[in-house]
Amino acid sequence: MKNYFKYMAILALGIISCEPELENSIEDDGFYAAGEADFTNYVALGNSLTAGYADGALYITGQENSYPNILAEKFALVQETMDFTQPLVNDNFGGLLLGGNQIAETRFVLGGESLATARPARYNGTPTTEVTAKLSGSFGNMGVPGAKSYHLLAPGYGNVTGVATGAANPYFARFASTENATVLGDAIAQNPTFFTLWIGNNDVLSYATSGGDGIYQEGNTNFSEYGSNDITDANAFAFVYNSIVSELAGQDGLGAEGVLINIPNVTDIPFFKVVPVNPIPLDAATAGALNAQFGAYNTAILPGLVQAGLLTEAEANSRKIIFAEGAQNFVTLVDEDLTDITGVLQQEPFNLDPQTAGLLGQLRQATPSDLIPLTSSSFIGTTVNNNPMLVNGVSVPLGDQHVLTASEQALVAQVTAQYNGAIAAIAQNYSLGLVDVNTLLGTIGVDGGTIYQGVPISSTFVSGGAFSLDGVHLTPRGNAVIANEIVKEINATYSANMPGVDVGSYGTVTINNNVQ
Amino acid sequence: MKRLFVLGLMLMAGAITYAGGYRVSLQGQRSLAMGHTGVAVVNNAELAFFNPAGLVFLESKINAAVGVSAVFSDVVYQNEQYGQIARTDSPVGTPFYAYFSYKLSDKFSLGFAAYTPYGSSVAWEKDWAGSHLVNDIELAAIYVQALASYKITENLAVGGGPIYVSGSVNFNRNLNRTLTDLEGERSNVTVDASGVSAFGWSAGAMWSPMDSLRIGVNYRSEILVKAKDGDADFENVPNSPLTPFQDTKFDATLPLPAELSVGASYQLNDKWLFAFDYNRTFWGVYESLDIDFENANVPDSQNPRQYEDASIYRFGLQYTANTTVTLRAGYYFDQSPVQSGYFAPETPRNDSNNFTGGLSVNVSDSFAIDASFLYSRFEEINESYDYYQENGQNVPFGGTYKSSAFVPGLGVTFKI
Repeated sequence: MKNYFKYMAILALGIISCEPELENSIEDDGFYAAGEADFTNYVALGNSLTAGYADGALYITGQENSYPNILAEKFALVQETMDFTQPLVNDNFGGLLLGGNQIAETRFVLGGESLATARPARYNGTPTTEVTAKLSGSFGNMGVPGAKSYHLLAPGYGNVTGVATGAANPYFARFASTENATVLGDAIAQNPTFFTLWIGNNDVLSYATSGGDGIYQEGNTNFSEYGSNDITDANAFAFVYNSIVSELAGQDGLGAEGVLINIPNVTDIPFFKVVPVNPIPLDAATAGALNAQFGAYNTAILPGLVQAGLLTEAEANSRKIIFAEGAQNFVTLVDEDLTDITGVLQQEPFNLDPQTAGLLGQLRQATPSDLIPLTSSSFIGTTVNNNPMLVNGVSVPLGDQHVLTASEQALVAQVTAQYNGAIAAIAQNYSLGLVDVNTLLGTIGVDGGTIYQGVPISSTFVSGGAFSLDGVHLTPRGNAVIANEIVKEINATYSANMPGVDVGSYGTVTINNNVQ
Repeated sequence: MKRLFVLGLMLMAGAITYAGGYRVSLQGQRSLAMGHTGVAVVNNAELAFFNPAGLVFLESKINAAVGVSAVFSDVVYQNEQYGQIARTDSPVGTPFYAYFSYKLSDKFSLGFAAYTPYGSSVAWEKDWAGSHLVNDIELAAIYVQALASYKITENLAVGGGPIYVSGSVNFNRNLNRTLTDLEGERSNVTVDASGVSAFGWSAGAMWSPMDSLRIGVNYRSEILVKAKDGDADFENVPNSPLTPFQDTKFDATLPLPAELSVGASYQLNDKWLFAFDYNRTFWGVYESLDIDFENANVPDSQNPRQYEDASIYRFGLQYTANTTVTLRAGYYFDQSPVQSGYFAPETPRNDSNNFTGGLSVNVSDSFAIDASFLYSRFEEINESYDYYQENGQNVPFGGTYKSSAFVPGLGVTFKI
């Protein structure tokens, strides 16, 4: 009889290890397939968008939700891969310290007491990520916030001693292999079998987000002469981009497979969609006083300049300053593309004093085709020296950095198209995948956005789901969309069969009321 | 050895696992070994559950049966489209029973029963793909019942009695698919209520038209377990007035549906007994799991279930090998009350084919040890729960599920 119990006990123990098994488990070899690609060692190259930078800062959960990290998780389902590593920062506050001094601000969170008053604000915390605390090892995510195309080839870009002067990048300084290392060199040293490259955004974006406060370095291939807000020459960009891809994918390089990601139009990001060009509320008295102030300018000076042949009729009309009672007056601005009439106004027959002449020199009111950067929202309407007569955007025109004018937009659009033409050609030359984020974000960028995998997603600031609270960088959900598009491209280009990304399970903006 | 084994089972977590829906058909080792038939079988004190009318047909004056099962039940989920896979790591359930009857006279017996016919214990990996529906759940209901059995004629008896239920529930899930605090920890809620009491009854009749044939019917009433002022504990909620979630109380009602059993048993000869039971469980009462939070700012949680009444077909046979050993085997088909599109991962059960076996060993004239074993076989199924809502839109959650359950059980029968 003892044997009966022994038998039952053995049976019971055996049962504990019996797990339900699926006929076709995704964990079985061969369920998914890498096709002609090899994901063994994946390295992602790029800028802040690749690094997982969001909400105006780099923080851990942003990095964990970077599109390269999402992709790497999918690669690991398809085949045996090396661990995908990221140069994680120290906290979820964001911000950087250099030698104990704060050099980058904390992240934006959505603060406020109610939905009506909710607004993005910097998290109230002290950064703990010290730039000089060097990380050891190599990292699959080589995305460096702030990097332009040519920075990937720049020795010393990660030299910590250059960070304070702006000669080096604090994010790359954290994990560059040596003082003279280049981003590309550190990527190549890892011998990647697969790569993604999303670079070039900052080559044009920093000009745009600075309101066009830079120049187009057309024909100049000497990057050391470039200002930080200048636009990289399109041919120089193409050359640099080709050099990068050649080393990664070329026959003389690593011969790795990969996917290139092109440059979105800056006008598709919320950064330029939040602040209207006509946000100035005026009562009847103020509007009347302002109109009186500009009356002679509108009715005498401008027509006079047209008569003198100094301005065209069209330009004169565009320079008229007119206010009205109501909430929707257009801001005033200094437009560097206008004819400078400062000198003329000080001469006969106008005889204006230099200060007034300077004010009117390149003055106009904004039009619906201008764009105001998000960062100017806190500036417009403030007063100069607490003088109620000197209101920024009204009696004091906005400087160039507060408005991306139509002609500046056209320049940005033209250069972006040239970059994307180069990227497409290079993708074809090296038989690489190409994700057309420019078109993708175009569908998100229109009013109302689109439905992606059943999830409504748009470029509407805060609530649209795609863009984080800095109006430029993507949310986890935005990163998931990018990762899913890359998966689709890999499946198409390399005859692979890898699973997609469940976009709806990725979050958007983070709410928190502990704000500055 | 045997002491250790029984002790080991007793020490396992006191949670309970289920069959179709959250019904746990493990109310007697002898009956379970015969496919959980018993409404028309006179065997031992397990009749207190299966058909109290039969208690008066037991030959001994005092009858008792006590037992416990160890439920090893797990589920695997995968979604091929997104490469998601998850397995439950559910604690071992240990449903138990204790029955007792005392024959006052030839015509009249009194009884007592304690058993656990409903319960559920499922623990998915924390923050798995379906965590907005459930992370883990533990549901238990202990039935305690006083019984009387009366013999109307020599071959017809009736029985029944009132039931007291003590229920408890502990249920955790994430608030939605994405909400986190600043550190990226998922916001979740645990609702917990215990010691929730409710009342019901059961009644049955048993008739023997001839010596070798018995026919039985038994009905156990529906019992609504109403949790009042349970604790709702919200964790990892962002520090912001923009979310309404904060700890509060909740009310919720969970139905323990009525069950009707009819069946027959046939004693072929001294060796062989055959039994057939048909169960109808009136799951239709479970339309929605609604959690009503006391704090008006916290949105109530409505979770459509739309269960439908379900049937179980049970077959069992018993072979009395000798005066010491009796062998049993059985089969039942368990129809799931869960309808397509309502396949929620807190009770991810489809129809199952169930195979049982077991034996009794008579240690003495008055004492026997009963052992049983149940294997539940589930087909792999592609299903979804389509009624989770985000921003007013249904967001289906689906994939391939496969369940398995292995249940060894031990009990003792005592009679004098």
